[in-house]
Amino acid sequence: MEPAVVAEGLTKNFGSTRALDGFDLTVPAGTVCGLLGPNGAGKSTAVRILSTLSRPDGGRARVAGFDVVRDPVEVRYRIGLVGQQPAVDEMLTGRENLEMFARLYRLGPAEARRRAAELLEIFDLGDAADRRPKGYSGGMRRRLDLAISFVMAPPVLFLDEPTTGMDPGHRLGLWHGVRTLVAQGTTVLLTTHYLDEADQLADEITVIDHGRAIARGTPDELKSRLRGDRIDVLVGDGVDVGAVGRVLAGVTGAAPELDQQAGRVSVAAPDRVAALARVARALDDEGVAVRDIALRRPTLDEVFVQFTQEEDAA
Amino acid sequence: MSTVTVPRTRPERLRVALSDALTMTRRNLRYWWRSPEEVVGALAFPLISVLLFGYVFGSAMVVPGGADYKEYLLPGLFGMTMVFGLVNTVAAVVTDRARGVTDRFLTMPVATSSILAGRAAADVVRAMADLVVLIGCGYLVGWRWHEGMAGALAAVGLLLLLRFALIWVGIYVGLVLRSPDAASVLYPLVLPFAMVANTFVPPALMPGWLGAVAETNPMSATVAATRELFGNPSAPDGSWLTEHAVPLAIGWPVLLLVVFAPLAVRQYRRARR
Ligand SMILES: Nc1ncnc2c1ncn2[C@@H]1O[C@H](COP(=O)(O)OP(=O)(O)OP(=O)(O)O)[C@@H](O)[C@H]1O
Ligand SMILES: [Mg+2]
Repeated sequence: MEPAVVAEGLTKNFGSTRALDGFDLTVPAGTVCGLLGPNGAGKSTAVRILSTLSRPDGGRARVAGFDVVRDPVEVRYRIGLVGQQPAVDEMLTGRENLEMFARLYRLGPAEARRRAAELLEIFDLGDAADRRPKGYSGGMRRRLDLAISFVMAPPVLFLDEPTTGMDPGHRLGLWHGVRTLVAQGTTVLLTTHYLDEADQLADEITVIDHGRAIARGTPDELKSRLRGDRIDVLVGDGVDVGAVGRVLAGVTGAAPELDQQAGRVSVAAPDRVAALARVARALDDEGVAVRDIALRRPTLDEVFVQFTQEEDAA
Repeated sequence: MSTVTVPRTRPERLRVALSDALTMTRRNLRYWWRSPEEVVGALAFPLISVLLFGYVFGSAMVVPGGADYKEYLLPGLFGMTMVFGLVNTVAAVVTDRARGVTDRFLTMPVATSSILAGRAAADVVRAMADLVVLIGCGYLVGWRWHEGMAGALAAVGLLLLLRFALIWVGIYVGLVLRSPDAASVLYPLVLPFAMVANTFVPPALMPGWLGAVAETNPMSATVAATRELFGNPSAPDGSWLTEHAVPLAIGWPVLLLVVFAPLAVRQYRRARR
């Protein structure tokens, strides 16, 4: 099956700013792709081009099987977009907003009303349904914006920093909503600065910087590509972390990080499980009381910082 | 996954475009309905003009032929209100753009024609409401039409035609301006356009060149034509332009339409940068 989103060598200039510089992206149908990158990397520019809001200067892109430049109307029948800036109708109440957009998505009047009520419930906007967004908080406005994009479950959904400004409870709610859509077959392209969000939702991640894709893979692949796995040892009260550190240094040959307060010792372990076994054996031989011992992957934050720094150095 | 059905046949496409245009019209009308201060504010100027010019300065304003000045003034105010309506259209277009609503429409399967038709239809409905209020107030202060219902309706038709043409100018200008700040300088720019015309005084009484400008102003054609159709005094000056007021009141708006409707559509499509 053709991927839901394919971009090849997209370029886009704004005056002398090169927002996209040969950007490539592939998102297989039915998956979630996380697009990560620092401010100004070109994420929103890419999303706007893929959602037919902006024309590329060069390169090609196909969304849901149609070329975004040659067949934009066909593409528009198959996408949903949550832009970086919430786009709700200020003069209409939350309910009227949803009903209007539902009508424009060609639902009948009764069906539009039913769907609006359902979405108000799902996005926890019941109390604010009959007020205008003027009086909404930032997070409520964002939720209304998202609800509008969920009126239909489009084949391809673009979410540009969808949870910015949302509290943790509602963020979890949105993640659940996205997973539900994906389970029904929707393909999602998600940009975010919250790496835990990408880690939670994305099947694959593309890291973009200076308008180009600089790394791509599953969250796990990206993490292991760094070979930054570490072993964390938590020791019981009264145990000298310095002594434990010396044991770990002896076994792995690397300099450990010590945290006396938390009773934690952490050391790099490139050879992973083998190192873990040796550390466990050595600690046992020394008779150290260990509360917990774990092999830990680097966080996506660490991956992200490393990739973009390498890119800047290059 | 629930996709929107793509209309494939011509009648199906037409039905969808009409239904979308209706949805957009309803939405745009709600805007006016919910901003009464704006609607009333826009009517304040012509209404105050009725009082100020009709009563305060009325005795000093002499219409050649000696008719009641209010009879002369009211059609001028109707025309002026149609021209000021341009500012409402621009404001609405700029606001939608600034709030990102336009962006959302642009990613949806809604035809450009439906969105623009919705704008135009709503603005025409508002212009009708404006005219009903103004004509009612005119009636209260003693203004009358004298050429029967048919003439009066024809006059109203010409006023709405001018407004309709200016809607497309407004959409184009609004899309070009983009920022609400830029739009706010529009009122002082439209004002002379509404004043250097036959609104308040016959152009014949103006200094030579100003009178010539006032007479060629498209709005003057509409106002002169409506005076004729309402049977109100029109200060005949024998000039070619006044003699042919009705055809000009049709010709000017049609010319504006032919130029600005395609420009507006193109600019809307270009909103996708
Ligand atoms: N309409 C525009 N006019 C001029 N420059 C623009 C425009 N849109 C984007 N840019 C520039 O293009 C570059 C990429 O911007 P873009 O918005 O795509 O970044 P981003 O990755 O979404 O950043 P952020 O994380 O801050 O949202 C930036 O340098 C930005 O200044
Ligand atoms: Mg962005």
